[in-house]
Amino acid sequence: MKILVFAEQRDNKFKKPAFEAVKAARTIVDQIGGEVIALAVGSSVHSIAGTLGGYGAKKVLVVEHARLGLYSSTAYSRIVAEVASAQQVAIVMIPATALGKDLAPRVAVKLDAGVAADCTALRIENGEVIATRPVYAGKALTDVRVTSVVKIFTLRPNVFTAGSGDGEAVPVEHVAVQLSEQDFTSAVKEIKQSSGKIDVAEADIIVTGGRGMKGPEHFPMIEQLAQALDAAVGASRAVVDAGWRPHEEQVGQTGKTVSPSLYIAVGVSGAIQHLAGMSSSKYIVAINKDKDAPIFQVATYGIVADAFEVVPALTAEIKKMLGKS
Amino acid sequence: MKYAVCINHVPDTAAKITVGSDGKTIDKGGVSYVISPYDEFAIEECLRLKEKNGGEVTVVSLGSDAHKESLRKALAMGVDKAVLLKDDSTRDSFSVARALADCLQEISPDVIFFGKQSVDYDDSAVGLMVAEMLGLPSISVIVKLEIADGKVTAEREVEGGREVVETKLPAVFTAQKGLNEPRYPSLKGIMAAKSKPIEERPASAAPPKVEVLGMQKPPARLAGRIVGTDATAVPELVRLLHEEAKVI
Repeated sequence: MKILVFAEQRDNKFKKPAFEAVKAARTIVDQIGGEVIALAVGSSVHSIAGTLGGYGAKKVLVVEHARLGLYSSTAYSRIVAEVASAQQVAIVMIPATALGKDLAPRVAVKLDAGVAADCTALRIENGEVIATRPVYAGKALTDVRVTSVVKIFTLRPNVFTAGSGDGEAVPVEHVAVQLSEQDFTSAVKEIKQSSGKIDVAEADIIVTGGRGMKGPEHFPMIEQLAQALDAAVGASRAVVDAGWRPHEEQVGQTGKTVSPSLYIAVGVSGAIQHLAGMSSSKYIVAINKDKDAPIFQVATYGIVADAFEVVPALTAEIKKMLGKS
Repeated sequence: MKYAVCINHVPDTAAKITVGSDGKTIDKGGVSYVISPYDEFAIEECLRLKEKNGGEVTVVSLGSDAHKESLRKALAMGVDKAVLLKDDSTRDSFSVARALADCLQEISPDVIFFGKQSVDYDDSAVGLMVAEMLGLPSISVIVKLEIADGKVTAEREVEGGREVVETKLPAVFTAQKGLNEPRYPSLKGIMAAKSKPIEERPASAAPPKVEVLGMQKPPARLAGRIVGTDATAVPELVRLLHEEAKVI
């Protein structure tokens, strides 16, 4: 079975979920046979493309064009679908990132393929890929199979292990795709970066502040702890709705579903929508002065105390340990 | 200008989810249903576009009679027309999109809105599939939208920032929280909605391409330990994170 993996890049560097997807695809073909073909699309990606071999791709295809440096749903979806058809692949895997979630549904329609979206596990049963995917923001899990001839799986970032990528680099083949103005009817003109901030969707450690922070003026305390840990700052729905923090920081059912290695919840009570969005974190620390707060039911470690006393002490202790002070 | 907004009728986000007796879907007993939260931003944006440019807003939902409750709420917010694509079959995103695309083709709107995802199956797929089926451009997960002379500029949320995306009408958009602040239906709107008809049409058939084999609750997390009750617990917490969890 051939699997095509879309290897997402930004600024001509692969994103970590691209490696995770290549490795996950390799794990599948190691069990049922076949090969992994990675596809890199961008303005200049040929020099980095060979590294995908290290994660398990047998062949790496590159589509380059000056206008492909930034994402275009129309152009990218055409390229992925055409390459999938030309290579006669049975499965297409795409990281479930902001870009991947936009790309996969269009590719699906072009290939008449079903999509198992945002998968958190893949396994083989009777020679067929069965995917586990969370629904209701993680309040339940479903096992699904895709019944169409071509099958698409999008993989949740940070869940599948990429490994070290120290396998052999492989040759890179250029694929020519004729692109015209029509292929760019919808196209990104620029990316406005939030300067220096780590996004909760990509972070390995998240420090989230809740209503217990009492006001936006106390969030520097959260930011300092996050900075000491190279972590992202998260926010509960209550503080986003109150206008204390921007929506892109919100964790939970109407924000982002996250599964970092470490999640530190400060002054977060743990509403059901919040717990749904973060309960799959590997380790959870809760700091809250209410010992009955639901967040303690999912926390690995808890401190029942005033956040304003604990957080500065925690920041100092972590800096000391990491030699940052 | 014609605007269409597609909405779903889903369990309230505060609802506890339990697996139903079929082992594949949820137990609907005692669960209250609402318009999927992101769809409210979509409705609001269509209403604002209409207020600015004139035109007509149609709301479409695919599902059982129960969806009328959410359609009625959209009418109360100020939407002009409501269409229920009656359907009780099991569908995946692809087959929902097919039926919606067939209906939208007839309405032929300039602007089609969806929420960025329906908070039940969380596929984030239907709106974009509809766009592809109709051969229209799309911009998903938008937090800002400007339309002038048929030219569209939108900002969409991505990891670590926002993409500024350009396209032209007709086009499909999916709404992210932050796009606007949805209005509450006014009393006048609620009264007016009662007399507005909900048009019922059959949903076109389309077999699903994804089959749910089973549903289960995620493995329960065991409550851990309380390390302390004041700041003196901090060194022990850091030690545990470093030596036991090995995450820092």
